[in-house]
This record gives sequence, structure tokens and C-alpha cells, in this order.
Amino acid sequence: MTSSISSNILVVEDLSLSLKSGKTVLPIITNVSFSVSKGESVALVGESGCGKSITASAILGLPPENAVVTGSIWLNGIEISKLDKQGRRKLCGQKIGFIFQEPMTALHPTLTIGRQLTDTLRLHLGLSKRAAMDRAAELLDRVGIPRPREILKGYVHELSGGMRQRVMIALAISCGPELVIADEPTTALDVTIQAQVLDLLDEMRAELGLAMVFITHDLEVVGDHCDRAVVMYAGDVIEYGSSQDVVSSPSHPYTVGLIDATPANNEDRDRLVPIPGTVPPVGHWPSGCRFAPRCSLSDDHCRSRPEFMKANVTDIRCWHPDGRVSQ
Amino acid sequence: MNAHTNVEAAPLLAVSSLSKRFGDVNAVRNVSFEIERGKTFGLVGESGSGKSTVARLVLRLLEPTTGAVHFDGQDIGLLNASKLRSERQHMQMIFQDPYGSLNPRMTVEEIIAEPMLVHNLGTVKDRKATAERLIGEVGLPKSSLSRYPHEFSGGQRQRIAVARALSTRPTFIVADEPVSALDVSVQAQVLNLMCDLRDQYQTTMLFISHDLRVVQFMCDVIAVMYLGQIVEQGPRQRIYEVPSHPYTRALLSSAPGTDRDKRTVLEGEIPSAHNVPKGCAFCTRCPIAENICRERAPQTTQVEDGHSVACHFA
Repeated sequence: MTSSISSNILVVEDLSLSLKSGKTVLPIITNVSFSVSKGESVALVGESGCGKSITASAILGLPPENAVVTGSIWLNGIEISKLDKQGRRKLCGQKIGFIFQEPMTALHPTLTIGRQLTDTLRLHLGLSKRAAMDRAAELLDRVGIPRPREILKGYVHELSGGMRQRVMIALAISCGPELVIADEPTTALDVTIQAQVLDLLDEMRAELGLAMVFITHDLEVVGDHCDRAVVMYAGDVIEYGSSQDVVSSPSHPYTVGLIDATPANNEDRDRLVPIPGTVPPVGHWPSGCRFAPRCSLSDDHCRSRPEFMKANVTDIRCWHPDGRVSQ
Repeated sequence: MNAHTNVEAAPLLAVSSLSKRFGDVNAVRNVSFEIERGKTFGLVGESGSGKSTVARLVLRLLEPTTGAVHFDGQDIGLLNASKLRSERQHMQMIFQDPYGSLNPRMTVEEIIAEPMLVHNLGTVKDRKATAERLIGEVGLPKSSLSRYPHEFSGGQRQRIAVARALSTRPTFIVADEPVSALDVSVQAQVLNLMCDLRDQYQTTMLFISHDLRVVQFMCDVIAVMYLGQIVEQGPRQRIYEVPSHPYTRALLSSAPGTDRDKRTVLEGEIPSAHNVPKGCAFCTRCPIAENICRERAPQTTQVEDGHSVACHFA
């Protein structure tokens, strides 16, 4: 593992997070491991409540107050999960860029866009006011915002959703990060604007050699824009592999179900193939395999927690890697 | 088209030259379409295209600035308040937000029975029986009836909304982004349910969505809206196989999962409805626009039976 820690920008190893409320402890994510190398985009995919975003908050060192976090997180060879709060904030603030789903709530409504960009640049890079303003204008220009000098004087509410997301991207890359975490960056956007923003993210990643964690619920976006995919269900990583493999030849029954349930993959069918049942409430995960209650392959094996196994072309946390019920 | 002589063959809903202005914003501009009985008509478009305003105009929740809506042969714009109310039992609505659209202080039984109560249909006993039957038909246990909306997940709430919409046995349902707030695995369950019940009750439907995949699955006829206008309209297969308006083509090819070399990524953003471009509204983003597009608005022309396009180059 040591060699992978030094060759990867981000290594998440055996990360678990539980929330304490009174005497009860709710497990939110369990034994999550993955890594991202320079220039690579890794998708965290799953439906609401599966633990994608809280994984991101644990990486940033900003989990909820009542969280208990175990496991280790390495950023470019430094184990950031061992740093104190101050040291971690200093490092993460500069080395990790973050793009939120809803730029309107992530950006400050009453500070000018220029102020928000230059504050960050001055704090982390120690630039003078004027140098920071010049750099901010360059950044806006780079992410495809017309008339950057004018926009810097304006406010977030004056921009469209797509433009706001471009400002978020400019902010995320402003201090020369090594890692960018994008949490559903295009979910709130219209489809024609989504295509523009996804292309911009691809360009930025290639140009700056960024490592990227791309959080999304949309498997089709994953296939188009990510190198590898990590599929989550109920706080577990249940499948990982190259994004092409995960999207076109998945092996975990949940991933297979998710793809079958998408209308586009049902073009000639009269009915969709849904996954029966619903995602269990967050933290109240079934014991053993967490997907077993909704799974057509489940049997006695599934009462105990599965380990990762090699399936067709991906790795899955499932007792039935060959896709058959064993007798 | 005389609805009274040939009721069965006439379309259930006919919208003609409908426009709506809010202040200086033209939210809907000269929209016309018909929905045949038993068919599902899809309205697709990005945010701000006017889809939801059309839905509200069709149900007369909003008064149109100009134009008319004929429902079952009657001009609903001419109905007085009590006639309109009694007509409304034949038209119901399913909303996008399963959290905001169910009254949190009512039990599920009260929610499902409320439209019947409003329209004074059946006795207390009938209404209870209908609620019991419907909750089963939407796939929830009978015990749900005495519970409150907050006890249910998004998908389950949307099932309750479907049961409520069906309680007056409407001939027409408007569904405004009914599955957009749901996760994919649950979305498929709700779409299947809506299909089954639509077939069982022979309901005519106006289905609004921004998601081309969902519309393709649900709808027989599809209209694509851009800045308050319908730019293309036709049978599902025609729209997906031979899209003729450059905006429809761009919309289809921007969808994730499209081959990279087949994609047309549009430049720029949707202009504000305050300031609709002169000529063709799409000309500022159109990859094939020429001078004529900036000068004159295109007429809507039929490219084939039932398939019409508003573009100078169709």
C-alpha cells in the first residue's frame, strides 16, 4: 500500500464514519477505500443517502460535529487524517478545491465575486490586492466567462446557473489545487449547459493535471467523463472498476439494477425494470450484505458481510460474483 | 372540428394560439397542440421554457393573455366558477415535489379522499372504500391510510399523489415533472405505476419533463419548447429518430451517454424571457443560423403528417 500512497494524489483507506446521537451510534459509511492519481477522475456514484457526500466531507476534514471517523486519508503522501485541525485546514484549503452542486448557496450572496476570489488568493497564495485581482480576472477568463473585469465587480445573483458554476470552478482551481472534489456539479443545470460545464471540467483536469473526485448519481455522466468508478450503496462501496467496465458490464446486482432502471436503456421495452423496495433509511443498514433485502440473488450467504471479490471485469462486494445463486 | 357531433374522435384537449404575459415577460407565446383521447402528450424543454406555465393555463389555474383551451369540446375559458369547478373533477394534477404537494397535517386517507370531498362525490363510506382500493393499486399497504406524509419516502409520497389524482376517476391528468425528484431505482417504479394505471383507467395525460429519457419512455406525442414556443412537435419515434429542429437535435445530443463525436454542444445560454432575440428565438445559439433567422421568425411547417417544425431550414 505504501507505494500506492506515494504515487497517488488521494488515498482513502478503510474510511468509516458513524454519527452519535445520545446513546445510539449510526454507521453512515463503512470501510470505504479508493485512490485517485494525478490527472485522473474517479466517480463516486450512488443514489441519495448512500454516503457519497459525507465521504467528501470526511476527506476535507469537515464531518458533522457528532461524527466518529476512523481510517486514514492521504493527500500527496501526507496523512492528512492525522493532522490537527489548523494544519489540515491550511493544507486542504490550498490543495483541495471543492465544487458544490448549488453555487447559489455555496457562494456568498452579498460579497462581490471579485472579493470572494481575491480573499482566497490573498489568504493562500499571499498575493497583493492588485495581483490577486489580476489573477482572478485571468481565472474567470480561463473558465469561459466573458467580460471578466466587469463580472468581478458583480454579485452571484446576477449570473445564470451555468455562469455561477463556472465561478465555482474558477474558485476551486484558484490556488493551484492537486485535488478537486466536485459534488454533483451539474445536477442543477439544464442539459445543454450541463454538457458545457462537463467539458470545461474535463479541460481543466487535463490542462492542470488535477486529480478529481466526481460525485454523481448519474451513471451516464460517469461513463462519459470519468476514468474509474466507485459505486456506493447504503454506506458501502459495492463495486469498482474502470468507468467503462462499470457502466457497460457491471456485476453487482445493484449496479446492474440501476442501469436497467434507467429509461434510456429501456428504449424498446413497455416497462422499466425497477429495483424492488427502497433504500433503507440512512444509518439503519441491514446486517450482512446491505443490498440483500432488495436483491434477487440473495441467499443464506448474504446474511454475513461480503468481502470484495473479482467478478467479470470489476470488483464487487457480493457473495455471488458469477451472478448466480449458489446452491 | 365539432366536438358535439363526434365526441369520440375529437381530441380531448385542444390548445389554440395560447399566450401568457407576466408583466413584460412573454412566458408562453402562441402555443397550439391537441391531445387525443387515451394518449400521453409530452412537453420537453429546459428551465424557463414555459412548460409549467402551459400546464397551469391548460387547467385554467392561470388565465391566458390570448388563446383558448378546449377540454372535451368546451372552451374552459368561458366557464363560470361553479362550472369550472365541476369540470375540474375530470382533470387532476401530479406535482414535482412530493414533499410540498401533500398536506402534512392530513392522513393519507384524507389526502386521497379530498378531491372526492371537494367535488361532493360518493358517501363517506364510498370515499373510504375508494381510498382503500387506490392505496392498494399504487402498491402501498392499507395500514398507510392512517399515517401522515412525513412517514413516507419520496417515492412512496409520489404514489400517494398518484392515488389522489385518480380518486375522482379523471379523464385527464397533468403530471409536471412527477419523477424528477426521485432516485433512478424508485423513478422506474413510479413510471411503471403511472403507465399501468394510465392504461387501466384509460387516462389522457399531459406529461411535462426536462428529461428526454423519461419522456421517450412515457409519451406518444412530444413537443419541444424553447423560450415559450413549441419549436418541434411530432410522434415520439419521429422526434427521436429524425429530429428536425436544430434545438431538438442539440438537446438529444447533449444528453449524457451520447457518443462524443456525435455531440453538438450548444454555445451560450438560454436568453432571458425579458429579452427574446429578434427573428427566430433560437438564433443566438443555433449552429446553422443565417441572416434570415435574425430577421424573420420562422413559420411552423409540417414536415410529415403530425410532425411540425418551426425553422427556416427544416
